Amino acid sequence: MLQILFRRLLLVIPTFIGIVALTFFLIRLAPGDPILLIAGEHGVSAERYAELQQQLGYDRPLFIQFIDYLWQVLHGNLGLSVVTQTPVLEEFTSLFPATLELSLIAMLLAVLIAIPAGVMAAVKRNTIIDHSITTISLIGYSMPIFWWALLLILLFSVNLGWLPVAGRLNFLYDIEAVTGFMLIDTLIANDRGAFVDALHHLILPAIVLATIPLAVITRMTRSSMLEVLRQDYIRTARAKGVSEFSVIFKHALRNALIPVITVIGLQTSILMTGAILTETIFSWPGIGKWLLEAVYRRDYPVVQGGVLLIAGLVILVNVLVDMLYVLVNPRLRQ
Amino acid sequence: MFYKILTTVVVLSSMLWSMQFAMASTLVYCSEGSPETFNPQLSTSGTTFDASSRQLYNRLLEFKPGTTEIVPGLALRWEVSKDGLEYTFVLRPNVSFHSTKYFTPGRFFNAEDVLFSFNRQRDTSSPWYTVSGGVYKYFNDMGFNKLIKDVIKLDDNLVKIVLNNPDSTFLSNLAMDFSSILSKQYADAMMIAGTPEKLDLKPVGTGPFMFVKYEKDAFIRYQAHPSYWKGMEELDKLVFAITVDPSVRYARLRAGECHVMAYPLPSDIKSMKKNPSIKVAEQAGLNTAYWAFNTRKAPFDNLLVRQAMNYAINRQAILDVIYKGTGTIASSVIPPTIWDWKGPDNDYVYNPDRAKKILASTGIADDLEIDIWAMPVQRPYNPNARKMATLIQQDLHKVGIKANIVTYEWGTYLKKSREGEHQTILLGWTGDNGDPDNFFTPLLSCAAAETGNNRSFWCNEQFNSLISLARIESDMQKRKKLYKRAELIFKQDAPWLTIAHSVRFQPYLSKVQGLKIDPLGGIYFSGVSLKGALK
Repeated sequence: MLQILFRRLLLVIPTFIGIVALTFFLIRLAPGDPILLIAGEHGVSAERYAELQQQLGYDRPLFIQFIDYLWQVLHGNLGLSVVTQTPVLEEFTSLFPATLELSLIAMLLAVLIAIPAGVMAAVKRNTIIDHSITTISLIGYSMPIFWWALLLILLFSVNLGWLPVAGRLNFLYDIEAVTGFMLIDTLIANDRGAFVDALHHLILPAIVLATIPLAVITRMTRSSMLEVLRQDYIRTARAKGVSEFSVIFKHALRNALIPVITVIGLQTSILMTGAILTETIFSWPGIGKWLLEAVYRRDYPVVQGGVLLIAGLVILVNVLVDMLYVLVNPRLRQ
Repeated sequence: MFYKILTTVVVLSSMLWSMQFAMASTLVYCSEGSPETFNPQLSTSGTTFDASSRQLYNRLLEFKPGTTEIVPGLALRWEVSKDGLEYTFVLRPNVSFHSTKYFTPGRFFNAEDVLFSFNRQRDTSSPWYTVSGGVYKYFNDMGFNKLIKDVIKLDDNLVKIVLNNPDSTFLSNLAMDFSSILSKQYADAMMIAGTPEKLDLKPVGTGPFMFVKYEKDAFIRYQAHPSYWKGMEELDKLVFAITVDPSVRYARLRAGECHVMAYPLPSDIKSMKKNPSIKVAEQAGLNTAYWAFNTRKAPFDNLLVRQAMNYAINRQAILDVIYKGTGTIASSVIPPTIWDWKGPDNDYVYNPDRAKKILASTGIADDLEIDIWAMPVQRPYNPNARKMATLIQQDLHKVGIKANIVTYEWGTYLKKSREGEHQTILLGWTGDNGDPDNFFTPLLSCAAAETGNNRSFWCNEQFNSLISLARIESDMQKRKKLYKRAELIFKQDAPWLTIAHSVRFQPYLSKVQGLKIDPLGGIYFSGVSLKGALK
């Protein structure tokens, strides 16, 4: 187990260096210049342009800039945002808890619904239940997120008034950010009203964000279960008179979960990095929107630092999934 | 007796309740994005100014709410020397800076604060110059780095600013956001503490609201400044709810989650106007969209071709399709918001037949093929440049010209066009200070043709000397006449087709009172109050 972990961690080093190099050069290869974008229609004189380039260190050869950046990264310094002049790491850590909170709740929602739904579809194969679940998950998978979110907002927030439109908490509550996770912070503040309000704010964005993983996991669970249910040991278990509940949930589901866990891991990484649309629509102050804005503004340090940190998280999740895989499947421990 | 006591108690308690409600009135504004900083000296973005200078700070001079007229701010009055080089300001006494959790001021505003605020941006040897990146773009753009010779403290309440040359736009520029006055005492305290950048992130000003809390991409909280020199605001608290998507801002307004929203979608205006709980204030924006012809490139070096282009394009159709009723035809370089400006008499009227005849007279009409550069982004003055270019392309086709639409990434587009690579280009301008010079000089002067900001590269000596004279003339009527003459020349020479001025809309709930739409594009919550109960 430890050997596997060590091997996986060793691979992380070249991956990281590759990511630093890729993001550093790719963003610079893309057309656009932060100084010109900030200047807009007002423009900037050649002499002022040169002065600003020097100030930002962009007048040096690209390779020297890269080595310098790599050196800074190794010392834990991701630089300052060109736009806000605040440290990239500080901006990331202030925004990441919001993304993580939303992603985890969305994933929990997806898993809690998708696995029973997938099992049900497999068990009731080719019945109306199976067809309904398959069709709904197909619709969920192919639904444009923006449209889906606006539809939910119009129905539940504007017309019915049941749920808030956007944000993380009503402005009448002023909760001190201790952990950055609103649910935890409201509990720390011992404000039940605020906690309930934070939960209300989470419902719509979590549903929207959970839609695609829910569809993917449902389909994956269904197909994996179908495959397992065809195995000889299931037939044997049934022949031995084991109860159907036990056959499905003890014998079949446990084995069917192996590929499902991989998909859940991958989907969690995608959720953390791909919540851009959901964050934008629900004014959720997370890293997706932050990074997208940085790309538009060619804020090089934010793009580089942000991608690096997110890549780190994705690698971490993948390593964890690999470990979980080993735990679930004893054959891999050999 | 019992009833008297009971009545008194009921009346008193209801008074107390209403007082408590009034004290607790909170206005929520759905803003369009996060500010870059809380120091307006460091930014050029309207979003940053709305969140900082317009709520937290004052300037020596201010724009009168809802107008571009200059009124006294932190300066009670001022005198200008006969040669127009020295401006002496008498400062307002007993003006308090904000007393916050992180700073308690030890004195009132005085001349030291004025000197600090200007010198930070102009004195390259000051330790403050490089703090927070040290890019004072607006200060430099408006030419203050070259214009201001010295800022002198005559006494605690008297400051003299000496200029290198007379400039009639100087006072307007003093009312601009970058001229906000910061606290020298707070700056000193931060420098001593080794955290000078806090001056720009945790602001202290003299304005109507005080900074309380900011969470990036989420919200900004303010509270009323109890010792504000104009008197404490009726609003007790102000919240900027950062909401990037305009459809969601509108949904929040409808759901009552915010009282005022920024930048609505033009397509939503109709339904907003139908909603009885929403009011929509509107005003011609301080901007102009134009189509510039590169006069250094054939065939636009030919005056007749430029004039033919002006006749060939149906601006009303552009207005109907692109602006959807949220714009007006621009007959002039400057919008009517400035000095109630009326366009020149020699503006062009859509006449494709005349365009054809003029083109035929040039002898180059047969196989004329041109490029139209269209912006890749939406701007306040142009909601959809690509679509606009398509309409222009169709109009040109009617007069026998084949047009190709070209576009680049926004930064590249600006760079290449400054270098004069285009033949014709769609662009525009949003005014900064409500002065006509802010349009004429940066966009059409000979100097701007050298730097490339004049995208037509048109340099007319007569026009140039008229706008230069207007810039140093202090009499407004004389200036008006000079600009009128200049604009006649501009229309005759036709380096641009002036297309449209967009209309600015400000939707808000009907319970909001006293909100004035700002012609300069910002939003001010001073003087605003809420009627009725809060949601």
